[in-house]
Amino acid sequence: MTILVIAEHENGAVAPATLNTVAAAAKIGGDIHVLVAGQGVGAVAEAAAKIAGVSKVLVADNAAYAHQLPENVAPLVAEIGKGYSHVLAPATSNGKNILPRVAALLDVDQISEIISVESADTFKRPIYAGNAIATVQSSAAVKVITVRATGFDAVAAEGGLAAVEAVAAAHDAGTSAFVGEELAKSDRPELTAAKIVVSGGRGMQNGDNFKHLYALADKLGAAVGASRAAVDAGFVPNDMQVGQTGKIVAPQLYIAVGISGAIQHLAGMKDAKVIVAINKDEEAPIFQVADYGLVADLFEAVPELENLL
Amino acid sequence: MKVLVAVKRVVDYNVKVRVKADNSGVDLANVKMSMNPFCEIAVEEAVRLKEKGVATEIVVVTIGPSTAQEQLRTALALGADRAVLVESAEELNSLAVAKLLKAVVDKEQPQLVILGKQAIDSDNNQTGQMLAALSGFAQGTFASKVEVAGDKVNVTREIDGGLQTVALNLPAIVTTDLRLNEPRYASLPNIMKAKKKPLETVTPDALGVSTASTTKTLKVEAPAARSAGIKVKSVAELVEKLKNEAKVI
Repeated sequence: MTILVIAEHENGAVAPATLNTVAAAAKIGGDIHVLVAGQGVGAVAEAAAKIAGVSKVLVADNAAYAHQLPENVAPLVAEIGKGYSHVLAPATSNGKNILPRVAALLDVDQISEIISVESADTFKRPIYAGNAIATVQSSAAVKVITVRATGFDAVAAEGGLAAVEAVAAAHDAGTSAFVGEELAKSDRPELTAAKIVVSGGRGMQNGDNFKHLYALADKLGAAVGASRAAVDAGFVPNDMQVGQTGKIVAPQLYIAVGISGAIQHLAGMKDAKVIVAINKDEEAPIFQVADYGLVADLFEAVPELENLL
Repeated sequence: MKVLVAVKRVVDYNVKVRVKADNSGVDLANVKMSMNPFCEIAVEEAVRLKEKGVATEIVVVTIGPSTAQEQLRTALALGADRAVLVESAEELNSLAVAKLLKAVVDKEQPQLVILGKQAIDSDNNQTGQMLAALSGFAQGTFASKVEVAGDKVNVTREIDGGLQTVALNLPAIVTTDLRLNEPRYASLPNIMKAKKKPLETVTPDALGVSTASTTKTLKVEAPAARSAGIKVKSVAELVEKLKNEAKVI
């Protein structure tokens, strides 16, 4: 059995979700190869070669793979993936964009967002916004799978000594082009990797009030998230959204401030180790999952909490 | 141009689903069903394209049981021109659905196909991408803005770090994210009119598509329940608990 892991990378570095995906591959068992596709990705390939447990790194360095356009990357992954027992990618926006396209090219089902490996062909994944866990078995010749990063502890980024091999294949469908991107800037830790997350909801009332959460987050070294209500109301950008349709987080501590706790929000954070809820409505559903609940006005409680830290 | 919109009948998003006692699945008997929220956004976008004079005809398609006609009628009431039901009683995987949609795309020859980014029951987020692969079209997934310009469509996509814009050759596949638009409600006169709009029913066999699957569900369980928490009385008590009991700060 040989497993191909599609590396997620940005700005010349391997993204953390790749390490969780390699961990899932290690649970399946077998040789682990990593594919790095992009343009000018030499440094990424070198970093990938150091990941613990990886035996080979394949590098496809080509202008067609810049910006990870699925029309070009998917045929590459499908061509290389044919020779593997499993093809894995992190369930990031890139992984979700590319991998179903790969599966269809290979004429197999894709299994989305696994949270555990039961055996080489059997996996667990959440359905219905995390309200049920399905155990699924695949008989596909190549098992094409996206991995939910919070389901697996990251492997070490250092210590491996894999061989790096260039891949010549160039696929350029010519049907799509990158126009531009607008990335949100933040000095705080990345939401999906943060040990502590402080999130605000509709109860924050406006975008300006999020400054209270930023101040608290900076004291804790935390990332700041939001509920869909806060994003839709325009308080914060959408890449801060935690939930079924946003990001899935599983930090050590999740502090939900002014968030009622709708099913869709809980889907994104209920695997946090400790959940704290601060809400003035004592009937809010968030209190049913919170380890520590405080019924209070957030505009008094949050500054007080910040002062006590 | 012709726009094809795929919709799915799913359990209503407000329903708290329960897992069946025999672990064979979730209990959908007597549960309210609706159009998947992302599909509503897809229908709305198609209708707006028609209102702008970009789209000339909107065909809505679903794959599912005969009861899924309700969701097609909803889409017709929202502004779709006609509907196609690919009737299949069994629950199909995304690849089978994508193959069936490919057959419908071949027949209808739309310039743009709009789907939701994921269905809230299976949470797969696969069908649009698979349909794009099978048809050889470009894909604009997780779209928060769609602009048709000549023979291209510019799609602004929600990605992990922010937004990305891509230009796709038509025909193309677009999957909708939450912020693409706010779907309208169907008015009563439009609901009445929708009853007279054409609705064609076909079978997977008639489309010549095999719906065989490489995946089977062995069991479905309820997630592990969290142990009950406590209510603290003050911020000071909260900090004390987090430091000394939970040891997370």
